[in-house]
Amino acid sequence: MGEVIVVTSGKGGVGKTTTTANVGTGLAKLDRKVVLIDTDIGLRNLDVVMGLENRIVYNLVDVIEGTCRIKQALIKDKRYPNLYLLPSAQTKDKTAVTPEQMKKLCDELRGEFDYILMDCPAGIEQGFQNAIAGADRALVVTTPEVSAVRDADRIIGLLEAHEMKQTHLIVNRLRSDMVKRGDMMSSEDVVEILAIDLIGIVPDDENIVISTNQGEPLVGTDTMAGKAYMNISHRLLGEEMPYLDLSAKKGFFSKLFNKN
Amino acid sequence: MAMFELFKKKSSGDTAKKRLQFVLSADRAGCTPEIMECIKNDIIEVLSKYVEIDSEGLDIKVNQVDNENSNGGPSLFANIPIKGMKRSY
Repeated sequence: MGEVIVVTSGKGGVGKTTTTANVGTGLAKLDRKVVLIDTDIGLRNLDVVMGLENRIVYNLVDVIEGTCRIKQALIKDKRYPNLYLLPSAQTKDKTAVTPEQMKKLCDELRGEFDYILMDCPAGIEQGFQNAIAGADRALVVTTPEVSAVRDADRIIGLLEAHEMKQTHLIVNRLRSDMVKRGDMMSSEDVVEILAIDLIGIVPDDENIVISTNQGEPLVGTDTMAGKAYMNISHRLLGEEMPYLDLSAKKGFFSKLFNKN
Repeated sequence: MAMFELFKKKSSGDTAKKRLQFVLSADRAGCTPEIMECIKNDIIEVLSKYVEIDSEGLDIKVNQVDNENSNGGPSLFANIPIKGMKRSY
């Protein structure tokens, strides 16, 4: 039976879609059969991050409303043998789907896939309720900023109230140079404040922008973010992975004293 | 470098952490900063009948963490520095 994992954050723009794309692709690279579901109705973007935007025929709302069968709406990612995307609808509004319908859809997909990853919309309204309805686990994404951490805390409270079985934290866009000089909260600070299990730290990496530009998730590539996302995929499978030394990147002082 | 650190003002990362801890203690308790301020003032008023309080150093917060006395619910912590007892005679 497959597991349903929701990627959520509360605040927008902290990296939910990027995380869904990379962690999901990472699991597919580790030979698991994966489907990514974009639950942000009206603001679809997981398809462009995955580079699959030109192949959409049917969408999530079509499946829910019975316009098509699930199999017709799933887009197979040709780069990986086990990776599929169920895109969101761009023209419908978020009331088109109910939490009960989402739960039913997740349960139908469990038989077919090892992992079902739900990309949750920002906010705590119906779109959020839909995305978490059928989930077994939640990945809460935050950046080390006061606004994002505050919203993450609210989300964690709502997930607890919903009796989510497991909730993990991903600290995204960490800048080790800023942490080192005391101008950014460290991942330890964020974990202490939010008091949930950490599953990954992703450094702020310009390769993310490049990979999004190209529509190719960078998980597993020889980049800091690529390695960090691959580690998260491994940890989701229950494997112990050491945390990366994010300061390996040239910092201010090494640049200053070591110009060659 | 260490000398520099000594004279530098408090880092913004620490400020962020402190501010978050304060705002989250209120969020988690469903309790606004205004209410916290009222509670604080009332505590000062009551205690001032009996002791001299350092109202500047007073720190009060609501914590969501479990401890043996809180029965799993939020609990109120107050750190109230006392300058001295008031003589009633």
